[in-house]
Amino acid sequence: MTSARATFFHYLGQRKLQLVIGIGCAAATALASVVPPRFIGAIIDSLQKGTTFETVVLLALASVGFSAGEAIFRGIARYLLLNLARQAEYEMRNDLFAHLQKMHLAYFQHQRIGDLMARMTNDLTAVRQMYGPALMQGAFTVMTFVFALLSMLSVSVKLTVVAMILMPLASVAFWWVGRNVHVRFERLQAKFGDLSTKAQENFSGIRVVKAFGQEAPEVRDFARVNRDYVGKAIGLTAMQGLIWPTMSFILGLAVLSVLYIGGQDAIRGELTIGQLIQFVAYLYLLSWPMIAIGWISNMFQAGWASLIRLQELFDAKPAIEDPIDPVTIPIKGAIEVRGVSFAYGQTIVLHDVSFRVPAGGSLAIVGPTGSGKSTLVNLIPRLFDVQQGEVLIDGINVRRYPLQQLRRAVGYVPQETFLFSVPLRENVAFGLELALTESQIDWAGDVSQLNKDVEDFPARYDTMIGERGVTLSGGQKQRTAIARAVAKDPQVLILDDALSAVDTYTEAEILRRLRGVMRERTSIVVAHRISTVKDADEILVLDDGRVAERGTHRDLLEHGGLYAQMYRRQLLEEELEVDEEREEHAKRLKAATDDEPPFGVRPRLGGMGPEGA
Amino acid sequence: MAHGGGGAGVGFFQEDEILGKAYDARLMRRLLGYLRPYRGLVVVALVILLGLSLADVAPPIIAKFIVDNAIAPAVSHEIPADEGFARLGPLALLYIAVLLVSSGFRYAQSMLASYVGQNAMYDLRVGLFGHLEGLSLSFFDRNPVGRLMTRITNDIDALTDMVTQGVVAIFGDVVVIVVIAVVLAILDWRLALVTYAAVPILIAMTMYFRRMMRESFRAIRIRLARVNAYLNENISGMAILQLFTRERRSFEEFDALNTDLLNANQGGIRAMALFIPAVQFTRAGTSAALFIAAGYWILGGQLTFGTLFAFWQLVERFFSPIQDLSEKYNIMQAAMASSERVFRLMDTEPTIVDPPHPRELAHVRGEITFDNVSFAYNEGDYVLRDVTFKISAAESVAIVGATGAGKTSIISLISRFYDVQKGRILLDGVDLRELRQRDVRRHVGVVLQDPFIFAGTVASNIRLNNEAIGDQQVRAAATFVNADKFIEKLPHGYETVVTERGSTLSVGQKQLLAFARAIAFNPEILLVLDEATSSVDTETEHLIQDALAKLMVGRTSIIIAHRLSTIQNVDRIIVLHKGRVVEMGTHRDLLAQRGVYHRLYELQYRAHEAGASA
Ligand SMILES: Nc1ncnc2c1ncn2[C@@H]1O[C@H](COP(=O)(O)OP(=O)(O)OP(=O)(O)O)[C@@H](O)[C@H]1O
Ligand SMILES: Nc1ncnc2c1ncn2[C@@H]1O[C@H](COP(=O)(O)OP(=O)(O)OP(=O)(O)O)[C@@H](O)[C@H]1O
Ligand SMILES: [Mg+2]
Repeated sequence: MTSARATFFHYLGQRKLQLVIGIGCAAATALASVVPPRFIGAIIDSLQKGTTFETVVLLALASVGFSAGEAIFRGIARYLLLNLARQAEYEMRNDLFAHLQKMHLAYFQHQRIGDLMARMTNDLTAVRQMYGPALMQGAFTVMTFVFALLSMLSVSVKLTVVAMILMPLASVAFWWVGRNVHVRFERLQAKFGDLSTKAQENFSGIRVVKAFGQEAPEVRDFARVNRDYVGKAIGLTAMQGLIWPTMSFILGLAVLSVLYIGGQDAIRGELTIGQLIQFVAYLYLLSWPMIAIGWISNMFQAGWASLIRLQELFDAKPAIEDPIDPVTIPIKGAIEVRGVSFAYGQTIVLHDVSFRVPAGGSLAIVGPTGSGKSTLVNLIPRLFDVQQGEVLIDGINVRRYPLQQLRRAVGYVPQETFLFSVPLRENVAFGLELALTESQIDWAGDVSQLNKDVEDFPARYDTMIGERGVTLSGGQKQRTAIARAVAKDPQVLILDDALSAVDTYTEAEILRRLRGVMRERTSIVVAHRISTVKDADEILVLDDGRVAERGTHRDLLEHGGLYAQMYRRQLLEEELEVDEEREEHAKRLKAATDDEPPFGVRPRLGGMGPEGA
Repeated sequence: MAHGGGGAGVGFFQEDEILGKAYDARLMRRLLGYLRPYRGLVVVALVILLGLSLADVAPPIIAKFIVDNAIAPAVSHEIPADEGFARLGPLALLYIAVLLVSSGFRYAQSMLASYVGQNAMYDLRVGLFGHLEGLSLSFFDRNPVGRLMTRITNDIDALTDMVTQGVVAIFGDVVVIVVIAVVLAILDWRLALVTYAAVPILIAMTMYFRRMMRESFRAIRIRLARVNAYLNENISGMAILQLFTRERRSFEEFDALNTDLLNANQGGIRAMALFIPAVQFTRAGTSAALFIAAGYWILGGQLTFGTLFAFWQLVERFFSPIQDLSEKYNIMQAAMASSERVFRLMDTEPTIVDPPHPRELAHVRGEITFDNVSFAYNEGDYVLRDVTFKISAAESVAIVGATGAGKTSIISLISRFYDVQKGRILLDGVDLRELRQRDVRRHVGVVLQDPFIFAGTVASNIRLNNEAIGDQQVRAAATFVNADKFIEKLPHGYETVVTERGSTLSVGQKQLLAFARAIAFNPEILLVLDEATSSVDTETEHLIQDALAKLMVGRTSIIIAHRLSTIQNVDRIIVLHKGRVVEMGTHRDLLAQRGVYHRLYELQYRAHEAGASA
């Protein structure tokens, strides 16, 4: 684990030469900027003494010369230092993305996407401003301050002391205000997070919002969050708004003091008017650094806070990583799960599960909702790692294969389909290094029975897919996901409830083709439908994280347990027996609705009974 | 069928590419409309701003008098030193007074601007959100969430910046420039002319660089939008990315976008790195010209040191706003582009609107009629063709058919998520388009095919925002769908926090929650289940069906399911094929017809037979 400080210097140190030259130019800029006031003083003094016009012209031209130098150096410094920051931003963004790519699934399940995005945008911007404008202005400011101070001392120690009594006041005031600004700014950011989360959730779930007529309450809720946000924003201005008036007041006071005290000195003849004006010119020169100091320290504070937040991302360790001594023998696809227990946090979801599928064999997993089926199959491509027991492929623990090799060998169709908003073709070819050839895509589309739908799309496989696949039907999404997994030509195919939105006819077609494709490959199918699982070499019935039954379709029917019961339920014939489970549910339901029936059982409306029944 | 073609994501960025002029009178007028409720405060703010500009110009002029009336005469012994000291005092007090006034004004002005701007933009943001809520689903199908998010957050923020800072600053700058120009002319018209000479040069320079920056500014915006859109989608789909070992390629894609952005940014930096020094140098040149001219006239005794001193200070203040112009130009341009995008959204008419004089349904019976309905998501690509059927009040009907046949589309039409192109849909004999959407949807309890879970708690997902649904009803609804068992096992029961999209629940559990939600809302008439239990085990489904049987009495219900056992109790079955109704009737009738339904039935039934006899 590195510290934010180390990270800061890491990105800064990538272009040392650029940094050094940039700062050097900033110093030269500052140095050149303190010269012109000298010429101004000299012009005025020589005018007062009654000089020639030529002298004035010469002095003025000399001053312009220095200004030209200042401008050139400023341009270079700006160019080098701001570019440095942009490059650092670019590298950080890439590094963050690459880091996120290594993070395990559980990390994303517990992190709000909106929050990750906020870090990759707002926080990154704040850090970039710290590297860029803040660093550059910081360099200008410090150098200008030093050179201006030295110049001021050379004119009048007394006036310098006067000015330097007032100036730090500005910094102190700034320090106090800045601290409060910081606190309020953080509060504002938090509110902003609430606001965008609210909007994001609403837009993502707009179908539900509309179906349940929740538009008005949603707007009310959004308005409430927004009201809080506005309150915090005005609160921030109330603090931040103090800065500029205070600064300009203090600076004005400094100029006045110099004029007042310096004026008296001039009258007493201890100072020339030229020197007085020269001194005021230095004050003006200093005024920007004095204001900038506050601004810069703000940027540094905000940037540092953001850097710490980014560091949190970097510090998050991927829980699932490549082995140190990888095994790279080709995967054939024999899968064994040996005494596996698994828990999400404290909740144990799998208890001592074991099974074995030979290469080319097939396994089906059934079981009640929440019994751990998805969890179990997630262990094979290492979306999660087991806490106890082992998952083996070809007799070797999955943890010993390089992740890329392991996952390349596994074609996985997750229970919830995620498609990318790219053309259909690219979604299907997602797992491949090269673009799919027409015949490959045709084959994958045939196995998944996607072709028959795609024929009807005007743009066929070039059809653009909406976000997460919103413009496809449920079954089309699932079949796209199947095509995507099949196109990889994997040794192991895992279908997690991947046919739930597909009709039985299409399902049968897909299964028939898969059997052909999977003859030499291993398949694991999770499903709730008997028709999907009945032909598997072995069926595993999971109940509450334990293997309750196992065997072939026939074995299990004979056994007369959970599977047989599930089978009976799916028969179309109404069966008459009233079982315990049912009675128990009815009882619970009655208890839950006893006091106050929540769903009115509607009386049949007189004379309006079903006409067609 | 229902899709437009399109290259790789090109279509997605059009709107973000709006560049915007720096000033567009029409948009500006519309924006200013949001300030109308606060016009009293706006007037006060403007008056204060005017006072502030004047107060800002005063110190250099007082300084001129300090030099000319007190210091210079005393130094050159025109007046005694004591007299010089005495004259300093009152001027210094005046100076302090002016400083105090200007500081006070400045604070008041920033508070006012913030108060007015934030409140006005609050109205705009809530207005925009409200407007979006009223837009139809076809709009949301086309617009990625990320884009809408940008409108409601960044774009409105850009507008807030403009109202609270940009406009005020520009107005203040203009006042300052005019006031200083006048003061300079009064102080000394010849020197003023020397100063003015620099103005055309500066303006020409600004114009030139503006064009350069306009381009890079545009490029930066577009590329940033692309980087963020890519990031968002890839973070959301990270598991898929990893499972399909796309890390390297997706990193390369991201790097390409990121590099583009870097290049655009560097273009901007180059332009600014030329512009700022150029302006500064012009300024220094003007200053030098000023001193040369002033030297000439002072030598000729036609000018005082104080005037030169005042000039020198004022010229600094005169040029600052001009130099900042490009920066403000950027703020304005960003804001104008933002406002154009925001207003374009505001002007997107909802395609589905309530009629001006909606019909009221006193007693809804729940009779649904599809009368020759044809429907397409995209013009011309019909998804449903000539669909005609009638579902009587309190009848239960199942819709079956191959995937992609149009089942979900039928349901979306009943909730009036979309409007039909041909034919009509009637509820109790009244065209849906003559009813309020709210009234229609209030009567329809729907369980959508893709269960959506909000971040919140289990309970908040069941009751949504409806406070009228008490804890008791939440529990009852959960029990109804047999979800109470797993909920009670969760660490905090009904108050357990669920993450975004319910990522820590099993899919079946999510479906049960979505189901419980529909039950809790207690729809009066219609119950619509779109594969509501497709990922739920048979046992649970069976329990739900028992409970449903009671609920369905007196209610019309429409059920879509692929597992035929799910629909065994319905009165009638509609078979859909490629957007057309091909069969309709009772289970018995359809089997007798030996058509599509028969084949589906056979497939499942034979499967069982085979299993049993094998
Ligand atoms: N929002 C949309 N925009 C464009 N086309 C759509 C949209 N939703 C669905 N379609 C298309 O309309 C057709 C019918 O889709 P629909 O969702 O009604 O099918 P379905 O019968 O419910 O299928 P499934 O059983 O797979 O859920 C499909 O070809 C689908 O691609
Ligand atoms: N990421 C997670 N964090 C915490 N708990 C989880 C997580 N994922 C699943 N669970 C819980 O673990 C249990 C098993 O979930 P799993 O998804 O494996 O069930 P399943 O058998 O696939 O169910 P379904 O048939 O509904 O898909 C459930 O109770 C679920 O709530
Ligand atoms: Mg599951």
